[in-house]
Amino acid sequence: MSLRRPAKNQPEIFEFSSSSLEEANKIVSKYPKGKQQSAVMALLYIAQKQNDNWIPLVAMKYIAKFLDMPYIKVYEVATFYTMYNLSPVGKYFVQVCTTTPCMIRGANKLVEACKEKISDKENELSNDKSCSWMEVECLGACVNAPMMQINDDYYEDLDKEKTVEIFDKILKGEDPKPGSYRGRLNTEPENNRKTLMDVKNA
Amino acid sequence: MLKDQDRIFKNLYNDMGADVKSAQTRGDWVNTSELIAKGRDWIINEVKDSQLRGRGGAGFPTGLKWSFAPKEVGSRPHYLVINADESEPGTCKDRDILRFEPHKLIEGCLIASYAVQAHVCYIYIRGEYFIEGQKLQSAIDEAYEKNLIGKNAAGTGWDLDIYIHYGAGAYICGEETALLESIEGKKGQPRLKPPFPALIGLYGCPTIINNVETIAVVPTILRRGGKWFSSLGREKNTGTKIFCISGNVNNPCNVEEEMNISLKELIEVHAGGVVGGWENLQAVIPGGSSMPLIPKEKCETLTMDFDSLMAEKSGLGTAGIVVINKDQDIIKCMARIARFYKHESCGQCTPCREGSGWMWRMLERMAKGEATKDEVDMLGDVTNQIAGHTICAFGEGSSWPVQGLLRHFKKEIEERNNLDPIVQKKNNIPYLVDQHLLDKKNA
Repeated sequence: MSLRRPAKNQPEIFEFSSSSLEEANKIVSKYPKGKQQSAVMALLYIAQKQNDNWIPLVAMKYIAKFLDMPYIKVYEVATFYTMYNLSPVGKYFVQVCTTTPCMIRGANKLVEACKEKISDKENELSNDKSCSWMEVECLGACVNAPMMQINDDYYEDLDKEKTVEIFDKILKGEDPKPGSYRGRLNTEPENNRKTLMDVKNA
Repeated sequence: MLKDQDRIFKNLYNDMGADVKSAQTRGDWVNTSELIAKGRDWIINEVKDSQLRGRGGAGFPTGLKWSFAPKEVGSRPHYLVINADESEPGTCKDRDILRFEPHKLIEGCLIASYAVQAHVCYIYIRGEYFIEGQKLQSAIDEAYEKNLIGKNAAGTGWDLDIYIHYGAGAYICGEETALLESIEGKKGQPRLKPPFPALIGLYGCPTIINNVETIAVVPTILRRGGKWFSSLGREKNTGTKIFCISGNVNNPCNVEEEMNISLKELIEVHAGGVVGGWENLQAVIPGGSSMPLIPKEKCETLTMDFDSLMAEKSGLGTAGIVVINKDQDIIKCMARIARFYKHESCGQCTPCREGSGWMWRMLERMAKGEATKDEVDMLGDVTNQIAGHTICAFGEGSSWPVQGLLRHFKKEIEERNNLDPIVQKKNNIPYLVDQHLLDKKNA
């Protein structure tokens, strides 16, 4: 289990914006009547998106009221799942996979790059407050290892140099191109493809 | 090597595009209504004939699972739930299906929903796959637009709605009952079984849960016949499978191959060989991190299917092959896997919650050579106290890799860790309260 604590400095009010509200109502309608509690995970995502990528306690209370469920149940969910950030993170939130398949292909080099470019410690904002990074467990792109996720996008087939390049870009406020950084097509064997050749050449 | 015309996922690398038009040129949605018109029993029998086994790790026969759904819909509706919470280290096959072959999955959902009499299907995608989920959502929107799902889906007379539910980074939600809890808006902690989800599942209603790959191959099986599918591979281990080859190979990749293919062929032909040559191979994890590793000697002749790997005291699992060569420290690799399990334990059962941390800390020390001689056996003891003593299979999943390490690499651990035990076996210490423990063997 991982230990997760809410941030010390908490805002006092939270309310869904009109676009969030619309989205939330759409999600509640996906589930059967009376089972609106199912929408709690999606609503926490909406709150997180609206509130600069983290969820304050008031947002949990707001969602509890919105879905007519006890606050503690929302708190339970928000603290159980690791993708809900309970304290502020950077606008560019870097997650480096370091589980075994990435580790044996050199994920520690990516961590080094994070330490040099962003901050010494995990979950600490960079000097210009725009970036933070953390190590995470398997992100499910093992054949493209080592890899990392920045906000929603996957950056694959990396090495230290390319990671530094990506960080230079995001520190300037640019959005680097996601996908493979060795120029291969998705998960195909690089320069060694032996299957489905007729569609490749088509 | 499997012939190209026998491959089910022709767009595995996205050479052709994932939209509905190009999916139709690959044969999806062509005669769906004719397939469904043949009736429920025909569909389930055909899937049974194909001997398709679940692709999510456990390898349960799919046709049999479908037949567990109640024959008549009572007061409670039936649900179909697709497990796309792919988080097993070494596995990334469902990701490619979600983003490049979404229409195979959606068509499979329609057929499976009809077979188990469900009108609503939830697809549970791990939260990290947000982009993949969006691609699937746009494919679902396309399918609604073309009336392939929705009311009278694809002209079959069956109504079906498909919704995506995102997870939020919990590996345990890949366990089917934890997944249901998560859809219900709770912490993802597995339920006791029985009752099985086929009778009491989502919202207490009959629910069939299948992996993405399992559902996505069903339309092709029905089109080409169960006989065709069972002619590939071998008895009870039939058909094709997407293998993910990662780790120390020259060209890590996903590739669809016949079941029962040899491991050496997969590594040498498709993945371009082990880094540093075959002789540099140390061990292979054959089916995602939960499966015990297999040392090099056995890799020479190993074939990849459920039963032959079971005979080697390992398993096919999700077919995520992690190749580890001799440049790696095998104890460190396993310690990292143990850290993964320590992080992902849901905390419900004590043996797993505490034991996963113990295993991780012991392995970390063993990797550094800081453990004592007696701790090697103690570690084995801990794994035995976890496996089989928990609600879900996470206990086995976390202790099997450690047991595999102890089975095949005990010598390496013992060579590195030969400190004397902290508690010496000295009899007759008058003030020692736990004297009786010291009198026992292995104290």
